[in-house]
Amino acid sequence: MDIREYFSLVFSDYTLRTITLGTAILGAVTGMLGSFAVLRKQSLLGDAISHAALPGIAISFLITGTKDSNTLLLGALVSGLIGTFWIRGIITKTHLKSDTALGLILSLFFGFGMLLLTFIQKQPNANQAGLDKYLFGQAATLVESDVWMMAGVTGICLFVLLLFWKEFKILLFDKDYAKTLGFNTKTIDILITSFIVLAIVLGLQTVGVVLMSAMLLAPAAAARQWTNSLATMVFLAALFGAFSGVFGTAISASQNNLSTGPVIVLVAAVFVFVSFIFSPSRGLLFKQIRFIKNRRDLQLHKTLAFMYNIAETHDDISHPHEIKILNNFQGFTKGTLKKLVEKNYVTLEGSTWSLTNEGFKSASNLYNQLTKNDE
Amino acid sequence: MSSAQIEIQLIASLVAIACAIPGTFLVLRKMAMISDAISHSILPGIVVGFFITQDLNSPLLILLAALTGVITVVLVEYIQKTGLVKEDTAIGLVFPVLFSIGVLMIAKKANDVHLDIDAVLVGELALAPFDRLIISGVDVGPKSLWIIGGILLFTIGLLVAFFKELKLSTFDKGLAASLGFSPAIIHYGLMSVSSITTVGAFDAVGAILVVALMIAPAATAYLLTTDLKKMLGLSIVFGVFSAISGYWFAHWLDASIAGSITTMLGVLFLLVYLFAPNKGVIAVLYREKQQRTEVSLLTFLLHLKNHDEERERHVNHLNEHINWQKVRSKTVLELALKNNMIVINNNIVSLTSKGDEFTTQAIDYIITNEDAQIEDMKDDFFLFRG
Repeated sequence: MDIREYFSLVFSDYTLRTITLGTAILGAVTGMLGSFAVLRKQSLLGDAISHAALPGIAISFLITGTKDSNTLLLGALVSGLIGTFWIRGIITKTHLKSDTALGLILSLFFGFGMLLLTFIQKQPNANQAGLDKYLFGQAATLVESDVWMMAGVTGICLFVLLLFWKEFKILLFDKDYAKTLGFNTKTIDILITSFIVLAIVLGLQTVGVVLMSAMLLAPAAAARQWTNSLATMVFLAALFGAFSGVFGTAISASQNNLSTGPVIVLVAAVFVFVSFIFSPSRGLLFKQIRFIKNRRDLQLHKTLAFMYNIAETHDDISHPHEIKILNNFQGFTKGTLKKLVEKNYVTLEGSTWSLTNEGFKSASNLYNQLTKNDE
Repeated sequence: MSSAQIEIQLIASLVAIACAIPGTFLVLRKMAMISDAISHSILPGIVVGFFITQDLNSPLLILLAALTGVITVVLVEYIQKTGLVKEDTAIGLVFPVLFSIGVLMIAKKANDVHLDIDAVLVGELALAPFDRLIISGVDVGPKSLWIIGGILLFTIGLLVAFFKELKLSTFDKGLAASLGFSPAIIHYGLMSVSSITTVGAFDAVGAILVVALMIAPAATAYLLTTDLKKMLGLSIVFGVFSAISGYWFAHWLDASIAGSITTMLGVLFLLVYLFAPNKGVIAVLYREKQQRTEVSLLTFLLHLKNHDEERERHVNHLNEHINWQKVRSKTVLELALKNNMIVINNNIVSLTSKGDEFTTQAIDYIITNEDAQIEDMKDDFFLFRG
């Protein structure tokens, strides 16, 4: 199936359209809220919450007996919130550190959820099959009403985000200042944490408990590399998330036996990888290039200084010297020599070099300039 | 109790002990989430190992998977070192990716082989006794019993041999490094042991629930003691207790054994979290309340010392002036009376000589803010608690 065919299918095929829309919206909302999680150093909170949501799903099934995804997700929301606030309780009230609290809640809630799931499976009730889709997610089970709900929640998130933008921003970067300005930091904090929980719960059906945290982190971590402005970052993260959703769905739909969740996560990881390497200001590639360039400059200066020291001992500064002399000196390469010639600091003649007047002058001022620059 | 039941409980207990030992150090070193990352990211290692050996219990598979665990740690540290993202984000990025790769490999290649993601995640302890290890025709017991027993012996051996180094590097990295113990070797050693334990245990309790067995007993013990040896002992006791009680709970409920062991761990943690003598929530809340009352008392005494006018020292006026609720001012007033800090004549409150002295001391402390002074104050404050 080629790309054109696929795109026409996206618009004509109900299932594919629903799933593509659903994953795109999901990616956008998790990317948006994930930016806050990443910047608040709460990256792993998402992992803990998504695992903590599992018993909620099982309990709401046990109580209602229906598999309606809205009911189950409501249960997930409640249990996710309980998990989150218990984590906060552990961190503030005891001396256990945040990583321990996260790991504890994550594993204990998940284990309890598994207990309930296996318990449900043993029940004489034909309706129980399919609950384990929440473990790894099954985008194929998305129906139009799910997408509408996602869109609705995303709309609310966006609205609240815009409404409290300045509060969120100030809380993010300077909590103490926000407090002194009289903002109720606790309420804002709870508000944003609740929205993060909400976004995670939304994604459970599509991506599943285990991989949900990556949906939250990856777009935000990728977006962070391209900008230093919060608004741009949130926007970019939403964009990356949406694209991961669309591409992931496309790839998994065009291949057999590829579950959507892991593919979306891998696509998001590709975004992160590319951003880590190619981002102009922070990326590893340009950092390395800058690093090499700086080192070359330094070597050039060192060579020049060495030449200057030799030339100084002669009356005539342009007295030619063998290139071999330079070999004793570590910073010397053919490249730097060529550069020096280009800058007209040095002239080459056969196997000898000599400093030009210009080169001598700039070499004698080399360290003076540096000290001047330092001042 | 049938022999299979005894064997299951034995395996579960051994897993609990094998997890509790590295878990204690992970919790103390604030690396608990690393164990979560390892438990997820060993999946591709297991899958690749399974493709090669076709046997879930082969030592090669355990080694390969443990290697993946160490690779995870190295990757996380590398990403963190680039400074592009924080450590927790690095962890959160690495393991879902590796896990996804594992899931996709299973989906693509292992469809008709016996390797189920659910089994890797959750494990099936109930089936462990049926996979027997047979040496030259003699049945010597379940395979997983031998595997986890071997890992446990290995762990205990390392613990005994390097206890001093581990302890030192956990509590004072700088000192350990300056004394010549390489922090890197200890760090990666601990990571390797955690990986091996995770892999060895995944068969029995599943990869994710290993995390519970590592963190929960250690965290529970940490709320009860600050002595490393006691903490190790307590985590082992908690682990074994939940393993055995969890087994019977699952037996009664006819549900997943691993899940019910975790639930037991959760119940245990909840109890200790609430009721631990010094660090439990109830104790902390009680202490915070007492401290609030003490501060109120101090404010009250300072107010009295500042005001000689009778008008300012009238009981009713105090209520309004310091803006306290009735109940709170009553508590403070009674506390002060009980400790002979004040006397009340005709609803006029005045400081006794003891109260006066105490307040002077308090002001001195507040002004100078020297720690030497607070030592005496602590004793005085202790009086109020009586």
